[in-house]
Amino acid sequence: MNNHTKININNVNLSIGKQHILKNINVEIPEKKITVILGPSGCGKTTLLKCLNRLTDSYEDINVSGNIFINNKDILKSNGDITELRKKMGLLSQRPYPLPMSIYDNVAYGLKISGRKKKRFLNKRVEHYLKQASLWEETYDRLKEPASSLSIGQQQRLCLARGLAVDPEIILADEPTSALDPLSSQAIEEKFIHLKQYYTIVLVTHILRQAKRIADNIVFMYLGEVIEQGPAESFFNNPKMEKTKAYLSGAFN
Amino acid sequence: MMIKRKKIEEKIFKVLMVLATMTIAFALMLIIYSILYKGLPSLSWEMISQTPKGGFYFGKEGGILNAIIGSLYLSIGATFLAFIVGLPVALYINVHLVKRKKIVNAIRFFLDLLWGVPSIVYGAFGFSLMIYMGIRTSLLAGIITVAFLIIPIMIRAMDEVFKEVPRGLMEAAFSLGSTKSETAYKIFFRQCVPGVITAILLSLGRGIGDAASVMFTTGYTDHIPTSLTQPTATLPLSIFFQLSSPIPEVQNRAYASALVLTIIILIISLSARMISGKYQKNKINF
Repeated sequence: MNNHTKININNVNLSIGKQHILKNINVEIPEKKITVILGPSGCGKTTLLKCLNRLTDSYEDINVSGNIFINNKDILKSNGDITELRKKMGLLSQRPYPLPMSIYDNVAYGLKISGRKKKRFLNKRVEHYLKQASLWEETYDRLKEPASSLSIGQQQRLCLARGLAVDPEIILADEPTSALDPLSSQAIEEKFIHLKQYYTIVLVTHILRQAKRIADNIVFMYLGEVIEQGPAESFFNNPKMEKTKAYLSGAFN
Repeated sequence: MMIKRKKIEEKIFKVLMVLATMTIAFALMLIIYSILYKGLPSLSWEMISQTPKGGFYFGKEGGILNAIIGSLYLSIGATFLAFIVGLPVALYINVHLVKRKKIVNAIRFFLDLLWGVPSIVYGAFGFSLMIYMGIRTSLLAGIITVAFLIIPIMIRAMDEVFKEVPRGLMEAAFSLGSTKSETAYKIFFRQCVPGVITAILLSLGRGIGDAASVMFTTGYTDHIPTSLTQPTATLPLSIFFQLSSPIPEVQNRAYASALVLTIIILIISLSARMISGKYQKNKINF
């Protein structure tokens, strides 16, 4: 398993001011699998996710220590181009944040800012990624309309297409279905299962059933600590820690 | 008992709010009425199509075209200058300084102080700046001074709009690989176009209506300026001079000038509203 590890989180501690949010996090995230970070609200799942593409950089008074290796490169230490790091990861947030422009431009945005502006190239790519996010059928005749004209579920798929368009290796998803209706949620989940053959997917959720449906690998967090991690099957069928058993039986949520 | 008291409370406050709203509306109507009542008889095609004949104090003939053109030149020039300086500042404090709350709050505090400084102080400052730089009263000096006056307004008005951009949108832009500047100009700016236009309009309105800051710096003349180095007439000053004239006809012309100024501001607001409505469509409502 070790040689397929995509992300290796090593002794990561994070505090905001005097608040210790993440405590000694050690996590291995396998390549081209869906890893679900599971846990009750406020346990630091989202914060851990934001460490991975260094969105934590834009918060005040935040202090991160430890190492996060992605492709064997420590992204917390590297002084390299942070935009390059972020391009390797697509992000889906709790609710969709489409960019204030047309549907077409939303998908083309990432390509345009990396200097690929040829019209024919962009047309092809936009079509390709909208198809990948199963949005093409609904939007091919209204690409120039503003993204705000889409429904919330469509907007979330647009955000997925937009994230895929920068050709990432990893997809980070922070409770991506929490604002969506059941059908749209299902569409996103099915997309993930399909996409895991190409991408490493890290999904944060507090919905146990969602984790059961799509996870290959589970990281269970509680109050800023990783309690248990491992393949989904053994996690659900044969939990080792007391807290995990309590959580799975619905003792806290 | 309790429910009854609440109902009475509710009624009293409703009456108070209606009263306050009506007082403001009434005062506004009264101002517009007095400008119309006194100004309309003196307003003629001649007034807005000709430059003054016989001096601005005593001249009953001619018009205020010099002041109309001068005010437009001055306020548009100053607003343009303030926008060029103000937009980067407003974006910088909201995107680049997003994690430096203390610095941002200090900047906001100073801008609010500057906003509160009376315009005559800007006039005096502009005047001493002119002496230092060796420029005479001129359109350029006026533009620079009025730009100083409206920069705090421009920045804070845009800042209030950029502040409302949700963090998630900024993170979305970052995670697509945008640099901070790309996030600022391509995302924040686009999301806030309607608000930015309102900020420009607010500054333009403040700039075109101010008399004290242009008194020493722009001067006054009967001619329409043909270069930046010439003194320039402005509407607020033409109102001021006409109103202080001993001749009643000239005094009435002051109200006609005020009417022209009001109409110009009305046209600016209406067209700005139309433009901002057009850009509203790309804005995402969160």
